[in-house]
Amino acid sequence: MQPKVRFVLHFAWLGVLSVALLGFAGLVLWIDLSPAERHTLRSILAERAALLVVLAGLLGAVLAGLLRQWLVAYPQNAQRITEEIGIIHRVNAEHRLKPSGPVEMRKLGEALNEFAEVYDQQQREVEARIEETNGRLEQEKNRLATLMSELAQSVLVCNNEGRILLYNPRATQLLAGDASAPGGMPVGLGRSIFAVLDKSLITHALEQIRHRLDQQAAKPVAHFVAARAGHLLRAQMAPVLDQQGESIGFVLILEDITRTVEINSRRDLLLQQLTEGSRSALANIRAAVETLEQYPDMDSERRERFTEVIRDEAERLTQRLEQSLSRHADLLGSPWPLEDMLASDLAAALQRNFAAALGLRMRCEVGEQPLWLSVDSYSLVQVLTQVMGALASACRTREIGLELSTEGRCVRLSLSWGGQPLDPNLLHEWEELPLNLGGEGENGATLKSVVARHGGEVWCQLDRAAGVNRLCLQLPRIQPEALPEPLEPSQGRPVYYDFDLFNQPGQTAELDERPLSELSYTVFDTETTGLSPSDGDEIISIGAVRVVNGRLLRQECFDRLIKPSRPISKASQEVHGLTPQMLADQPPIEQVLPQFHRFAEDTVLVAHNAAFDMRFLQLKEAQTGVTFIQPVLDTLLLSALAHPGHLDDEHRLERIATRLGVEVIGRHTALGDAIVTAEVLLKLIPLLAERGIHNLRQAREASRKTLYARVKY
Amino acid sequence: MSKRVLIADDEPNIVISLEFLLQQEGYQVEVAHDGQEALDAIERQPPDLVLLDIMLPRLSGFDVCQRIRANPDWSKVRVVMLTAKGREVEVSKGLALGADDYITKPFATKELLARVRDQLAG
Repeated sequence: MQPKVRFVLHFAWLGVLSVALLGFAGLVLWIDLSPAERHTLRSILAERAALLVVLAGLLGAVLAGLLRQWLVAYPQNAQRITEEIGIIHRVNAEHRLKPSGPVEMRKLGEALNEFAEVYDQQQREVEARIEETNGRLEQEKNRLATLMSELAQSVLVCNNEGRILLYNPRATQLLAGDASAPGGMPVGLGRSIFAVLDKSLITHALEQIRHRLDQQAAKPVAHFVAARAGHLLRAQMAPVLDQQGESIGFVLILEDITRTVEINSRRDLLLQQLTEGSRSALANIRAAVETLEQYPDMDSERRERFTEVIRDEAERLTQRLEQSLSRHADLLGSPWPLEDMLASDLAAALQRNFAAALGLRMRCEVGEQPLWLSVDSYSLVQVLTQVMGALASACRTREIGLELSTEGRCVRLSLSWGGQPLDPNLLHEWEELPLNLGGEGENGATLKSVVARHGGEVWCQLDRAAGVNRLCLQLPRIQPEALPEPLEPSQGRPVYYDFDLFNQPGQTAELDERPLSELSYTVFDTETTGLSPSDGDEIISIGAVRVVNGRLLRQECFDRLIKPSRPISKASQEVHGLTPQMLADQPPIEQVLPQFHRFAEDTVLVAHNAAFDMRFLQLKEAQTGVTFIQPVLDTLLLSALAHPGHLDDEHRLERIATRLGVEVIGRHTALGDAIVTAEVLLKLIPLLAERGIHNLRQAREASRKTLYARVKY
Repeated sequence: MSKRVLIADDEPNIVISLEFLLQQEGYQVEVAHDGQEALDAIERQPPDLVLLDIMLPRLSGFDVCQRIRANPDWSKVRVVMLTAKGREVEVSKGLALGADDYITKPFATKELLARVRDQLAG
């Protein structure tokens, strides 16, 4: 019963009771009085009727005041205190009651605050213990994460539905969407692997594995090759088994073999050219020679024709050999482990080593163009340093220059110095000099062998035009494999795995009955040109983060600015600080909304005051060709469900955040607000459970019934 | 009457030797420079033996061999394949398509003549 209704009822009862008691007392008195006394009393009372009415009113007011204390102030405060205790012990242990209401209530509040203090203290101690124990576990996990992130291969672990449970940074790089749509980010926890790799390939491989498991094969592993964005990926798939030996998921190890395949096919071609291509020519020569031998007496004209065949074929053989060699020179190097390196990086390494080992100063002119080499940089730097040391003392120079240039398919690295030229014979001697590494490293490496291993050449010459001496090293140029860019250090330890997803059923079916704590959410916020979508205001920024299995995945975020087609209102500019100039170079909504749509695929959308943001999104659906059909939750409504005793104003994002102990960062940037909203969502889920709201259906139905849901934009 | 041999090869540098050697052996020699030409020549007058190169312009040696074997009138024509491809799969393909023998380049001329002789004797 509402306190007010209760109050009115009680007041009415009390009023009737008082009137009845007083009436009864008066009646008894009246009967007891003599007629004369009755007359006197009547005259006394008649003259003071007004006073009596006032007294009756006063009595009523006193009764009402007392009733209010009992029936309204106490219960209201009690309800509030109950809610706040709920916050303290479930969400934010640092939250404290503000004493209000009657003295007893204040005292109760203070007592509870004291209790909360003790509780907080104990809680902290327990947490410290837990943290200590978790620390060790965390260390193990970190080791796994580090190992994974350092792996040269891309690793993905998926459950049977193809949801990604673990991935390493390499996998993100290898499988990143095309550059024009960076919002795609197809690799993410809980995302489907089928968005990245062909479903039929994976299904086929899984079937192979199942078959091998049934046969109890020693290694139930499947291999396949997939093409993706112009790259060839070799995949190895192994099952993840539970205790019963049932497959609960699979591990995928991916490797980009585009370049290997290209090299192999070119090597095959070369081999073919050199074998099959030579067969005909050899056959022709041999037949001609044998004919000449067999018939020594043939006439000279005929003899000349056979000799011509031999000469002709020999020449063709020579030509073919040379062509093949020049075209495929890079394939013929020995299989020494070489790494892709920028020529400018090699130059910088030389510069450092020359300075450190020889005290030589070197000027570098490396140019803008990135020149890629395939080198064993360590050996190369060592042998060049050794030769440079000898050269510096032979030619008495302390200062050298380095230039990089392209010569056809090669990169020429020329070291120049003024003064005495170098005798080529001396260089030949140094070329054979074994590398002195103080007992370490490879044995017998010389400048000659190292340069030969790189398929390069080295020589010295006098450049008369420039008036300098040069030592030139020419190395074959390569097209680099797409090198992984260094990862941005993200805040905190990145989360790349979530093995709890193993237990997660497919997300597409029966979302409604799934517990709120197990759903995947896209929590988002928008900034806009103004507050009236129906009057044509537009989105200028979308920020979103993912919450999967009760965890906020900060590194899987979406953050885009959008160029609007209308001006931004002054009031809005003051809130979010985005000016038209800042948005001039940004993509239009037609480009960004589909990216966001893809980011939010298969998840529940969450926003604070979602009706507002959803209205903006829905107004752009026709224009952008994407529709947002997924379920939507609103943290404003959820907060009202969790704390019905709080006032409207207390369900604003900052107020909720402060109440629930969420740190507010980057307020009024779309991503900042999205992160705060996501943390609020995570704190609200247990509070909603207290109120019997466990799954998505309950949350949506309850949301619909709250007062706030009726607000329309 | 001397036996007739058709050489189907597009390389004049091998044809010159083969033609000379076979003539010296006493065969009547005709030369075709591509697959179609070879078929036309067989059409005009089926030879006793075809020295058939595989890498022929217009119609490959495999195709020519298949067409020869498809025509019952030409069942007596012996087919010896000559190729620069030494791979086993190609050898077995040629034999499957009905070639009687298969010689990989480079070859010893004596060997080739002996094989031709064997085929024509058999």
